[in-house]
Amino acid sequence: MTKRTDAKPALQLAGALDLSPAPESCPAPIKSRYGHFIGGEFVDGDDHFTTVNPATGEVLAEVAAGSDETVDQAVKAARKAADGVWGKMSGADRGKFLYRIARRIQERSRELAVLETIDNGKPIRETRDVDIPLAAQHFFYYAGWADKLQYAVPGGNPTPLGVAGQVIPWNFPFLMASWKLAPALATGNTVVLKPAETTPLSAMLLAEILQEVDLPPGVINIVNGAGRTGGAVMGHPDIDKVAFTGSTNVGRIIMRQIAGSKKKATMELGGKGAHIVFADASLDQAVEGCINGIFFNQGHVCCAGSRLLVEESIAEEFLERLKRRVEVLRIGNPLDKNTDIGAINSVKQLGTINKYLDIGKNEGANVWQSPCPVPDKGFFLPPTIMSGVQQTDTVVREEIFGPVLSVLTFRTPAEAIKKANDTEYGLAAGVWSEKNSKLFEVAHALNAGIVWANGYNLFDPASPFGGVRHSGFGREGGIAGLWAYMGGIS
Amino acid sequence: MTSTFSPEAAREWRSARVDDATINARISRVRSRSIKTDTKVRLLKLALSMIDLTTLEGADTPEKVRALCRKAEQPYAALPDLPHTAAVCVYPNLVPVAAAALGADRTVKIASVATGFPSGHVPLRLKLAETEAAVAAGADEIDMVIDRGAFLSGDDEKVFNEIAAIKGACGKARLKVILETGELGTLDNVAAASRLAIAAGADFIKTSTGKIKPAATFPVVLVMLEAIREHYLATGEMIGMKPAGGIRDAKTALHHLVLVAETLGAAWMTNEWYRFGASSLANDLLRQLQRREDGYYQSPRRFSVD
Repeated sequence: MTKRTDAKPALQLAGALDLSPAPESCPAPIKSRYGHFIGGEFVDGDDHFTTVNPATGEVLAEVAAGSDETVDQAVKAARKAADGVWGKMSGADRGKFLYRIARRIQERSRELAVLETIDNGKPIRETRDVDIPLAAQHFFYYAGWADKLQYAVPGGNPTPLGVAGQVIPWNFPFLMASWKLAPALATGNTVVLKPAETTPLSAMLLAEILQEVDLPPGVINIVNGAGRTGGAVMGHPDIDKVAFTGSTNVGRIIMRQIAGSKKKATMELGGKGAHIVFADASLDQAVEGCINGIFFNQGHVCCAGSRLLVEESIAEEFLERLKRRVEVLRIGNPLDKNTDIGAINSVKQLGTINKYLDIGKNEGANVWQSPCPVPDKGFFLPPTIMSGVQQTDTVVREEIFGPVLSVLTFRTPAEAIKKANDTEYGLAAGVWSEKNSKLFEVAHALNAGIVWANGYNLFDPASPFGGVRHSGFGREGGIAGLWAYMGGIS
Repeated sequence: MTSTFSPEAAREWRSARVDDATINARISRVRSRSIKTDTKVRLLKLALSMIDLTTLEGADTPEKVRALCRKAEQPYAALPDLPHTAAVCVYPNLVPVAAAALGADRTVKIASVATGFPSGHVPLRLKLAETEAAVAAGADEIDMVIDRGAFLSGDDEKVFNEIAAIKGACGKARLKVILETGELGTLDNVAAASRLAIAAGADFIKTSTGKIKPAATFPVVLVMLEAIREHYLATGEMIGMKPAGGIRDAKTALHHLVLVAETLGAAWMTNEWYRFGASSLANDLLRQLQRREDGYYQSPRRFSVD
């Protein structure tokens, strides 16, 4: 016997399963005040600012802002290590240090995950399952390369560049540090790293790990601070190579700053990834891909699939499927193991996202937000879908960097390609179809550094990552990730 | 009302496409759900109430079935407030024994496998006779197997018509259609067979006989739940789901409940629409529930074998 209803059938998905709190309980001690890590030692700083827990708004710690003098000390320590120890060390020995770092990251992974979640706001599910394990994998991967560099540059004679200045973003603090540090160290360079000012804590725990593994002093130096400090690192005359991940605007400032110098550079900047869903895709799985594409890490992902392009013949139905899946996502305490969507990283970023929602509404978008309950303190935003938008709209052209998906349609593969490429950016894109010829044709026509077929946001240390056009240049990960840190390769 | 086969509909069932890699990714998210304290107790009891306590051995005897019925009615005397299981599941010959043991005013239902279980390779008239005999002997539910040979050879019409005929023979008994997903080989086939079975009149779709491995894997169950969802949204008609085979521990069962809650929603969180076909699962649920009382785990020997 089956039940029949007269009303349009609807599933009771939201709140179908109340889950008791399941907080991650591993302790992650936080000091009241942090300085810098220079020449293998923690040093005090001044001009302190605060870092807050975005899930509560509470202050976690005071952090020093590095002055030009602090940066200069760090660069001197890095130069001394490059000339004295690290540049001369055999690749095999450098590799041993990288393996040690990787293992120590694994050993302290739970603590790192908790600290990252507290400081960043991203759910523990992600820091535990993605950020920290992937960071360890990057160290393992590049450890293996350290004594095989000549095979990465056939016919070349690879040499270290010297001192690398690295400025990293707040969206994947520990992972981005690892992406940049591991290839730099494997190739014999030393580093001055500047973490993001809203998420400095996991880098300070990394410094502890570097002490534990007896990394020679000065090989990695960490200077805290905001944009001014970052500018001092990038612009320091004794820096040989700059690596930046962040917004396209700041990337432009850095490129102007280093113009005319001999500094080598890699830039990993913004994006407005297109996620193309054809009518012949496996639709429920394409929905899952869209969820991973835009709601992973609250959408604070440069390669996020923030523009959904869906074939017009299935658009309405697909949107229904998508909303049904989004309704099930749990937003809340990032330390709870069942939280799918955590806190927006800062009150400033929340303001930026809300500004874009207003712009979208004014330009005629239908804004839909998940009915899931949202915590009343901290910086939270429910997953948001904007339909009824067009290529001309601001929210379709500019990077929002939040859990906001724009939905557009196309009629033919040619139009899908045209619309997907109609952006200043070119970092990542996704294509969903069960027809292989279509996947290959479309993937090759997309102007983006990374294209995922029947998947999204899949990362592997062996796979190069980076953009074209306003999304930057240079690659991180894989063999290509080594090239950015070596001389004598052409 | 009997269903009629249409080749156009069959083409649509067969065109269902499933991306295995993403299904696995979705499943790993479900399996990382952390179920604690109050939720855990609630779901453990719910899972217990959803069990079709099963014995399907050549060696089954009346006394074995009477033991099963006692366990179904009162799973654990030390915790008398626990729910009874949804049903017992036995061979047709043993339905009269179960009916006598559970009584006319029974709360535990009697399910019986029929249709040449587990292979299904017997003539339709025998399948119908077996079904009618089981229902006449008191079965409330019939668990039939589809003809996988016919399905894999592309004879959807035969599979469909057999299900429709058995449904006709069930009378008031609810019909669970076993796809035996372990023999279908691909998730695309599971999706097609689910749609076929639903269209032909299944009240429930069920993964497995328990005689073939793999049985009720998470990816297979998700694909079947998606077919149920599609049918409900198109017609308003609810279809039940029964994973069976290989679900032995409480944690697995609870993650299955998370999967159904996140795919079909609250209406399916009842034994009217969701069942576990299992024999040893009950004891692990009981052990977990007793742990909530004691604060530590009892030896598995504390719980009766059947």
